[in-house]
This record gives sequence, structure tokens and C-alpha cells, in this order.
Amino acid sequence: MQKQPQENSENRMAIKKFFRRLRSNPTIFIGFMIVLIFLFIAAFGPFLAPYPYTQQNLSERLQPPSDDNIFGTDQFGRDIYSRILVGSRDVLVVAGSGTVLAVFFGLLLGLFSGYRGGYFDEVVMRVMDVILSIPPLLLAMVILFSLGPSRVNVIIVVGFLYIPMVARVVRSVVLDLKTRQYVEAARLRGETSAYILYKEILPNVLPHLAVESSMRFSYSIFLVASLGFLGLGVQPPSPDWGLMVGESRTWFHQARWVLFFPAGAIAILVVGVGFMSDGLRRMLLPGGVSDG
Amino acid sequence: MGLYILRRLGFIFLTLFLASVIIFIVTQFLPGDVARIILGQFATEAAIDNLREELGLNQPAYRQYLNWAGGFIRGDWGDSLVSRMPVRPIVMQRLGNSIMLAGLALCIYVPLGIVLGVIAALKQNKLPDQLISGISMAFVGLPEFVSGLLLITFLAIGAGWFPANSSIDPDAKFFESLPYLILPAVTVSLTGLGYVARMTRSGTIDVLGSDYTRAAELKGLPGRQVLVRHVLRNSLLPTVTIVAMGIGWLLGGLIVTEAVYGYPGLGRLLVYGIQRQDLPIIQAASMIVVAAYSFSNLAADIIYGLLNPRIRVGG
Repeated sequence: MQKQPQENSENRMAIKKFFRRLRSNPTIFIGFMIVLIFLFIAAFGPFLAPYPYTQQNLSERLQPPSDDNIFGTDQFGRDIYSRILVGSRDVLVVAGSGTVLAVFFGLLLGLFSGYRGGYFDEVVMRVMDVILSIPPLLLAMVILFSLGPSRVNVIIVVGFLYIPMVARVVRSVVLDLKTRQYVEAARLRGETSAYILYKEILPNVLPHLAVESSMRFSYSIFLVASLGFLGLGVQPPSPDWGLMVGESRTWFHQARWVLFFPAGAIAILVVGVGFMSDGLRRMLLPGGVSDG
Repeated sequence: MGLYILRRLGFIFLTLFLASVIIFIVTQFLPGDVARIILGQFATEAAIDNLREELGLNQPAYRQYLNWAGGFIRGDWGDSLVSRMPVRPIVMQRLGNSIMLAGLALCIYVPLGIVLGVIAALKQNKLPDQLISGISMAFVGLPEFVSGLLLITFLAIGAGWFPANSSIDPDAKFFESLPYLILPAVTVSLTGLGYVARMTRSGTIDVLGSDYTRAAELKGLPGRQVLVRHVLRNSLLPTVTIVAMGIGWLLGGLIVTEAVYGYPGLGRLLVYGIQRQDLPIIQAASMIVVAAYSFSNLAADIIYGLLNPRIRVGG
């Protein structure tokens, strides 16, 4: 308890250092800026959209970008700009919720598996190995075939698929932390396992978890967009960017903007999140492996 | 080494067994009444009963699995529900096409990635490194359907250098299909290129700072010899792993890329199977993908063990 004030100033120092590093490296800075901008668009985009995203106008089909429709219109005469603004929320909510699910269950499994060890650990890790032995996109496609494609199911599938990756990372960190003297000391003091896990181990897992989560987030966006593109994810008339790109394939020979804007939005977002997670790794785990 | 390979093989068969259970459960039980799903909600009861009989859906679950798995091992993969043709020749033909595409992609991105990675490491934190690292990081994140469609727009439709569509005759030979393979292979390569370049860079930087590299330099070996004999031999080890681990991702990338170009490979077959609810096709194609994934991981482990005797015991 007496440690509290010191911890506070340490935190403030850490935050200051965090922002100094953020400014010093252009790629990391760009990554964070892109993610912030997209979060802003996701929060307020639907209010900024000039037209309802489903509003069709068949006399204005496949119109090039103009003052009325700055990104042009699609095959139903819908305003692409409005659809992209509204769709940003879709992407972030679906990929974000999936990531949160995966991180939550992965964290729990990794913590207990690593801390308890023994039989439980063995069983959990073998199950994870089997899930990992199936390429993620394939497993996602097959599960969505069974559950039927819908937004909720895409979230469930993304969450389920990435549990093993998170659990593995957390477990390996816990295995290392378990042997540290402060954990040993807590055990000798007679603290309960729950206390040790929550107070001694979890805080030291968090940096690794943050890096892993941001990486999972970028993979989730990738996966959700790919599923949308293949037509196996979120269904029309949803303004999912992957789906928009998939639908654009019929038209982009004559109307390139139908492809360019949603594809560009995906590219910028994915690259931004990638830069951000790379930056987080370098900032939070400076001693760790530099790549991977 | 022999024992190591044997143990790994045993593990692979266990994995394949468990993966087949998962695929079977997911495809045959999760959807509920498969027969009704395949025939649609307007089918007659009699037609549904017939299909149920045909698929063996009236039997207990474990028997259904044993029938399916037994048939699969014996080479009887069932008939397609859509075309009524035997599944195995179709799957094998498409597998061959996918391997052709994947092989060409590997030939492009592995050497190129290694060269770029080594250049970046030698010029660490200078302009070439920042360019290569930034671009490769961007490539890693770019979904194949985005890069693929952009390549089509600029190089196929815009410049007219390549065909925009690769839906060739599935039986075409390698040299006939080569012009159609280039754009898809480049698309798949972009992501892989980023990975390989990044791994090679970090591996090479580690080795460049090592004592034995210093020793080799200090005893007066020419720079090129140090690079080839001392640095590369060690720094490429992580690259081998990443190329191998990348196979799973490569398979995913192939699924999307084949869909973009309409290339008749295993991935497009799988997407078609799912769209038409062709259960035997989905099951067989999935199993082949999982098997290909497992065996390429095994191959990678063996190569890694041969290159680096230090880890063999750990396997």
C-alpha cells in the first residue's frame, strides 16, 4: 500500500516516455494516427455520411466521383463515401469484438495453463495445437459454412480462431514469470493462487498481452475483410469493406472507383494497425525478440 | 535424426486424425440437418430422406465418422453432390494447380526477400533499410484481394501486360499456364516477401553483432567471405522457420488469390464447394489442405534440423 504514490509517478514517467518514443519514430506515429482517425470515423462516421448507406438511386448507377458523391456511386447508385463511413464501424466492431473474445479466453487459458502446469496444461496445449494445425482461413470458412454467415457468427469465429495464439503467448510468459523470486516469495507468504495470478503475474503479462492483442487485431481485420470478400462473412447490403471489394469485381472494369475506395480504406487501416502493433512491440518489449 | 523424424511423423498422424474429427464435426453436425440444408427448404420429405440415406445420416455419429474416414483412407472420397462426379480426381487436379502456383510464388519471394533483408541489415537504420522495412511492413498487412485487384487494374487492364483472368483449363500444363500464373504468383508473393525480408533482416542483424563475426572480421577475412560463410549461414535459420510457418498463411493467401483471379486451384474449389454446399468436396479439400499444411511443417522442421544440429535434441 505504501508503494502507491511511487507507483503513480512511475506510471506518469512511463506514459511520458511512451509519448516521447511515439514522436521519435515516424512509422509508429503514422500507425497510431491512422488508427485514431479510423476510430474517429467509426464513432462519428454514420452521422457525417451525406446519404443513408442503403439508399439506391438507379438512375445514378456507377457515376464517377463528383461534387455530390465524392467517391462516386456503386452498381445500385449508392453513395460509396457514405457506405465507407458507415462500414468503418462494421469493420472495427466485428474485428474488435472478435479480438476481445480471443484475448479474454486466451488470457484465461494461458494464465491457468501456464501456472498450474501438469495434466491440465498438457491437455489444453494439445487442443490448441490441433486447432493451430488447421489454417485459420480454412477453419473460418468451414465453420461459417456450418453456422451460416452473419455478423455475430463472424465475431464468434474470429474470437475462437485466435484463442490458441493468445493462449500460447500468455502461457510462455507465465512459465517464465512463475520461476521469478517475487512469485516464489508470494507463495511462501501463503498467498492464494488467485492472488498470485492477479497481483504478481498478470501485471507483468500485460505488456506482452497488449502487443499480442494489437497483432491479433490486425489479423482479425485481415480475416474479416477476406471472408467478406469471399462472400462468406457479413452479407449484403451491409457496407462491409471486404464485401464491397468483392461486389466491385463485376464492375471495376468500367468503374474503378467502386474498387479503389473500399480497397484503399482496407489497405490504409490494415497497414496502420500493423505499424501500430509493431510500434507497441518496440516500445513495450524492447528487450524481447525484435520480430516474429 | 531418424528417430526425430519418426516421432514427428507419429505426431502428424495424430494431428491429422484430430483435425479430421474437427472438420467432420464442423461440416456434418454443426449445420443441423445437412440433407435439408443441401436440398433447400422447398424439397420434399422423400427427397430429403433419400439424400439422408445416401449420405448415411441415419447412422450413429461415430459410424458416420468411421465410414467417412475409412473411405477417405482407402481413396473413396465420395461423389460431388452437384456434378455427381467422383471427388478425388477433381481435388487432386486442383491440388496440382495450387502447388504450381505456390511453387512459383515461393521461387519469387524467398530469394528476393532474403536479398532485400540482407541489404536492409547491412544498411541498418540508413535510408535503404528504412525503405525496405517500411514497404515490407506495408506488404505484410495488405490483404491479397486488395493487392491482387490493384495489380489487375494497373498491369492487366491498364498496361495490358498480363491476362486479367486466370480461369484457365484446369488440365493445362505448366508452360501453357505460365502467363496466367504470373500475376497470381506476384500477388501471393507480396505478403511473403515482407515476412521473409523482415525475418532475414533481424536474423542478420543479430549475427552481425556476434563474437564470431567480429572474430572473422578481425582475422582479416574479406568482407564477402565473412558475409557468406559466417553471417548468412547462421542468419538464414530463422528465415527457414518463417518460410515454413508461412505455408499455412500461404494456403490462406492462395484461397483468396485464386478467388481473385478465378484460378482453378484447391482454394477456389473450396469456395465453390461452400457456395454450392457440396459437402464431399468441402470435406476432401479441407483434409488435403490440412495434410499439406502438416507435411510442409514437417519438412521445414527436418530442413531446420539438418541446417542447425543444435536444436535436434529439443524436437
